[in-house]
Amino acid sequence: MANTTTKSGAVMVIGGGIAGIQSALDLAEMGFYVYMVEKGPAIGGRMAQLDKTFPTNDCSICMISPKLNDVGGHINIEILTLTDVLSVKGSEGDFTVKLRKNPRYIDMSKCIACGECATKCPKKVSNYFNEGVDTRKAIYVEYAQAVPLKFSINAEECIYLTKGKCGNCKKVCPADAVNYEDKAEELSLKVGSVVVASGFDVFDPTVAETYRYSQWPNVITSMEYERILSASGPFQGHLVRPSDHKEPKKIAWLQCVGSRDVNRCDKRYCSAVCCMYAIKEAVISKEHASDLEASIFYMDIRTYGKDFEKYYNRAQDAGVRFVRSRVHTLTPTTDGNVILEYLDDLGERHSETFDLIVLSVGLTPRVNLPTLADSLGIDLNEEGFIQTQPLTPINSTRAGVFACGAVNEPKDIPTTVMEASAAAEAAGRVIAEAKGTMTKTRTYPPERDIKDEVPRIGVFICHCGINIASVINVEEVVNYCKDLPFVELCTNTLFACSADSLGKIKEAIIEHKLNRLVVASCTPRTHEPMFREALAQAGLNKYLFEMANIRDQDSWVHQKEPVKATQKAKDLVRGAVAKAALLEQMYQTKMGLTKEALVVGAGAAGLNSALSIAQLGYPVHLLERSDTLGGNGLKIFSREKDVRGYVANLVKEVESHPLIKIYKNSVPKTSHGFVGNFETKCQGPDGEFSISHGVTVLCPGGHAHTPKSYLYGENPKVLLSLDLDELLASNSPEIKKPGQTFAFIQCVESREPERPYCSKICCTHSIESALTILDRNPEATIYILARDVRSYGFREKLYQEARSRGVRFIKYCVDHKPEVVAGPNGRLQIKINDHILNRPLLIEADYLTLATGIDPTPMREEIVEVFKGQLSAEGFLFEAHMKLRPVDLATDGQYLAGLAHYPKPLEETIVQAKASAARVATILSKDHIMVGGVIAVVDPDKCAVCCTCVRACPVQVPKIVRNEKDPALRGHAFMEPAMCHGCGVCVSECPGKAIKFQFFTDEQLLAKVEALIVEKKAKPA
Amino acid sequence: MSEFEPKIIAFCCQYCAYNAADTAGSMRLQYTPNVEIVLIPCSGRFDVILALKAFQSGADGVYVAGCLEGGCHFLDGNIRAKKRVVYLQNELKKIGLEPERLAMVNVSASQGPQFAAYIDEFAGVVKGLGPSPIKKQLAA
Repeated sequence: MANTTTKSGAVMVIGGGIAGIQSALDLAEMGFYVYMVEKGPAIGGRMAQLDKTFPTNDCSICMISPKLNDVGGHINIEILTLTDVLSVKGSEGDFTVKLRKNPRYIDMSKCIACGECATKCPKKVSNYFNEGVDTRKAIYVEYAQAVPLKFSINAEECIYLTKGKCGNCKKVCPADAVNYEDKAEELSLKVGSVVVASGFDVFDPTVAETYRYSQWPNVITSMEYERILSASGPFQGHLVRPSDHKEPKKIAWLQCVGSRDVNRCDKRYCSAVCCMYAIKEAVISKEHASDLEASIFYMDIRTYGKDFEKYYNRAQDAGVRFVRSRVHTLTPTTDGNVILEYLDDLGERHSETFDLIVLSVGLTPRVNLPTLADSLGIDLNEEGFIQTQPLTPINSTRAGVFACGAVNEPKDIPTTVMEASAAAEAAGRVIAEAKGTMTKTRTYPPERDIKDEVPRIGVFICHCGINIASVINVEEVVNYCKDLPFVELCTNTLFACSADSLGKIKEAIIEHKLNRLVVASCTPRTHEPMFREALAQAGLNKYLFEMANIRDQDSWVHQKEPVKATQKAKDLVRGAVAKAALLEQMYQTKMGLTKEALVVGAGAAGLNSALSIAQLGYPVHLLERSDTLGGNGLKIFSREKDVRGYVANLVKEVESHPLIKIYKNSVPKTSHGFVGNFETKCQGPDGEFSISHGVTVLCPGGHAHTPKSYLYGENPKVLLSLDLDELLASNSPEIKKPGQTFAFIQCVESREPERPYCSKICCTHSIESALTILDRNPEATIYILARDVRSYGFREKLYQEARSRGVRFIKYCVDHKPEVVAGPNGRLQIKINDHILNRPLLIEADYLTLATGIDPTPMREEIVEVFKGQLSAEGFLFEAHMKLRPVDLATDGQYLAGLAHYPKPLEETIVQAKASAARVATILSKDHIMVGGVIAVVDPDKCAVCCTCVRACPVQVPKIVRNEKDPALRGHAFMEPAMCHGCGVCVSECPGKAIKFQFFTDEQLLAKVEALIVEKKAKPA
Repeated sequence: MSEFEPKIIAFCCQYCAYNAADTAGSMRLQYTPNVEIVLIPCSGRFDVILALKAFQSGADGVYVAGCLEGGCHFLDGNIRAKKRVVYLQNELKKIGLEPERLAMVNVSASQGPQFAAYIDEFAGVVKGLGPSPIKKQLAA
C-alpha cells in the first residue's frame, strides 16, 4: 500500500523551539521523515533562554537539553539551521518546498566547538541570546548546550567579512573549520505536510514611552531578567541590576506591558503567561535574597493553569506583594532607582521607589511571520498570529499546513507541547498511507561475541586540537596508559570525533581484535552515541565503550595547572579502563506488541482521541460507562462555536469508523501488562470481557461542581452555567424579556481552600453567555461579579467587547463575598461591595448564574486503582511531567486527555486528545518495541523477597513473581525490562545486592572508584 | 613536605550534576583538580558501598551531587541518595572517619558556577581535615 501512494512520507517542521522539537520527535517516531528548519544557528528556542519554569521551578535548560540531543541524534530528523523558507508549492500530501540555507562560514563537519576562535575574535557584539545585557564575539555559539554545537560567524559584524581584514579565527582554528567563502544555497524538498512552530517575539517596550525602557538601564524586560537570573547568563546568576551591578533590594514587576493595552501598545490580547512568569521571577528572586522586596503591579492575576493558583498562593505566603493598580508615571532618581506612581484599587495615589523595574512584556508575532505566512500561503489573524479556528485549533487556512505553539496565540509551555503533538497527529494523519516510505534505518555488520575473550582494550586519547593538549601532556598520558591492565592499544588522536579518527577507531577494533574501547576526550553526554555507533559499525556490541571526560571536566577547568591536570587525566583514564575491562555485552530484545488502543471515556476528549488514532490506522476500543457518547459537550452552548453540533457530528464519525469498537455501559475493572502489551478486564452490560491493547488513553472527564451556596437548589432563578446554556440553546423567551437583569458570580466555591484551583474556563464562558444575552436582548442589564477576570489569550477580546457593550464587572475579594437573598418581588437581591465606589451595592437580578468550576470525575479513584496512576491533591490525573509530558502518564504507554487532566476549554481538550493520538502512534507505528539495555535485572537466586525494591522504585515497576525455573522454590522480584526507566535506585536500596544495574554494576563502579584513587597496578603477565 | 592534596571522588547524576560539571567546563570556570567525577545515572544509584570503597581505597572525601530537590528526573532518587548520605555520615564516625568527609549537594544543569564553587568549598573542608586516617593506615 505504502509504495503506491503519491504522497510524501516527509514533513517539514519550521522552528526548533520546544514546539518544533516535540512535533519533530513525535513525527519521527510515528514513521515520518522530518526536516527541521531553523532560522538561527541552533535549535532550542525560548526554553533555552529561560532560567526556571513555573509552576515547578524546574531548570529550563535541564529539561530541554535531553530533548535537544534526542533531535540532534535522531536518524529521521534532519536539522537545517540558518535556513529560511522561500516558498511552498503544491498541495497537501505533495508539497515542494524551496529553502535558502544561509552561510555559517564554519564547516560543521570540522568544527569541534572548542571556542578558540571566539577567544581570539576581536569583535564584540551585543549578545542577543542574553537579550543584549552583555556582549559576545562575532563568531559564537548561542549557549553551552546548543544543538548542533557548532560555531557560526555573524557576517554583518565580522571584521574579515565586512572589511577583508583580521582573519584571526581562521588562523587559530585548530580544525581548519573556518570558511570565509561559504555561500548561501537554495534547496528544494518534497514533503507531504508542514508544521509551523516558529514561536514568538518578545514585545519591545520602547514604543510605550511611559516605561522609559530605552532611556533607563534599570528598567528591563522580563526576558532580560530571565537571563540575569540564569546561572549561564551575563552575571552568572548573581542577581544584580544592570546600571551599577548592585544587588537590588526592591524590585517591581509591571504587568500587561504589551498586552491588554490598546492605547499605549496597540495590543488587545492577553499574553497568557506573564502573570505566572512574573510570580515565578519574584519567587526565584526571593530565593536569591530572602530580604528582597518583590512587588507585582497588576490588573487581574491570571493563574488559571494546573497548579498555578497554588503557586500564586505560595508566592503570597513567601511575601511577594500583589498590588492591583495601573502605573501611570515612572521617574528616575540620580542613584539609578525609579519612582513609580500609581493609583490603587480605590483610586488613591501612591508613590514608591524601586531599585529595579521589570516590565512583564507580552508575546507578539514574530517580525518575519508575515513573510513566512506569504511563503506558506496561509492567513494571519487580526492580531498578526496564524489564523486558526476554535474547533480546529491547529489547522491553518491552507490544507496540509498546521501550526502549533505561540505562533497561533500566546500560550504556556505545556499547552504548546500539547499542540505540538496534536500538530504531529494532523501532519501525520494527512500522509498516513506514506508512513515509513521516507524513514531510514541503520544497518550493522553481525556482532562478534566476545563473552569468552580476555579484555583487549583500545584507548584513544584526544588532543581536541589544543583544547586538551594545551593543558594536558597527552603524550605522557598515552605512555602511562599503555601499561594499564588489559590495554592492548593506546594512542593519541587530534580529534577523536572527526570522520577519519572514527574510521581509524573502527580499523583498530578489527585489526587489534579489540573488545573494549575507551575514548578520553570530551563528555559522554554529547559524544557517547557517536562512539557507540562506531563500535556497532565495527561489529562490536555498542555497550563495550567507556569515556573519560578529560576536557570539560579536566583541561578546561584546570587551565593553569597542567601538571595536576595531566595527573588527573591519567587517573580518569585509569578509572575508565578499569570499568571497561568489566563491561559486558548487553542486548536490547525485540518484543511484539498489540497494535490496538484502549480509550477510556467517550466525551469530547475520548471521542477525538479514538477518532484520530483510528484515522492514523490503528484499531481502537472505546469504553464509556454511560449509554451515551458525547459527555459534557452535549450540554454546552457557545456563542463562538456550535459545540453541540460539533459533538454530535463527532459521535457520528466515531460510530461509523470501521476501526473503532464502542463499549457502552462498560467500565474497566483490572488492568495489567506494560507498554505494547496491556490486558484490561472490563465489566459491561452482558458481563465481563477482556481487551488486549498496546496503549491506553484515559479520558474519564470531569463535571460542573454543584454548589451549596447562593441559594442554589432553593431558588429556581439561581442557575449553574450549564443551566443558562440550556436556556440559551433552547432560545428561551426568558432571555429576551424587556427589563431583565442577569447576574453572574464567578469562582463559586472555587479558588478556596477546599477547591484551591482555578477552573480556567468559567470567566470566558460567563462573558460569552453575557454577550449572547446582549445579542438577543440589547436592553438587558448584566453584572459579572468576579475576583479576577481570567480571559486569557485572545479571550481578552470578548472581555473588552463585554465591557464596551455595558456589561458591568464588579470585583470582589474572597473575604467579602457577595450575599444573595430572595427579594420580595420574586427577584434576587445581591449585596456586594463595589470596588471602585468602595460602598455597598444592591443588585436586583431576575437570574443569577453561578460559575462553579469543574470537579474531576467521581470515578477517579477507581481509574487510578485500575491503571496504577497517580492523582494530584485536587483529584486530577497526574501527568508524567508537568511541562514537557502533559499528555503522558508516568507509566509508559499510558496517556491522558481532557478534564481528567485539568479543567480546560473545549479547544484545548481537542488539542490534548489529538496529541494523545500522536503519542499513541509513536508506539503503535512500530512492529516491535526494543526493551532492555541500561536497566535493572534481578538475580532470582539472591532475592529474599523483602520488597524493598517494590517500595523504592519511583515508577512502581518491580513485582514479585513465581520462580519459573522451579515453582517449588520461593518467588522473586522481577522488573519488566519494558517498564524499567533505568535510574538504579532499587539496586542501591536492595539489602541483598540481588539486583544488577547493567552498565553501572556494582563491580564496574567499584573497580572504577578504586582505580581512580589507587595508582597503577602491575599489568598481569 | 608538599602541601596536602586531597583525593576526592564525586558521584554525579547524569541529568543535572554531571551536566553542571560540563557547563562549568564550557564556561572555563577553574576549580580544584583534587576532585574526580564518576557518572551515575541518577544520584539514587549512589550506594553506600561505593563511598566505602572510595574511603577504603584511600579517598579523603566523597561527594554526591544530584538534581535540585523536586527536580529529579526519576522523581525522588536524590531524596533517597540524601538519606543514604546522612545514614553513612553517622556510620563513618563509628569507623573513625569524620562525617564531613562525605557530603551531598543539589545542582541544576545550568549551575556550572555553583558546581565549581561547591567543589572548591568541599575540597577546602576536606583539606582542613587533613589526610584520611584510613590512608595513613594503608601507608603504614
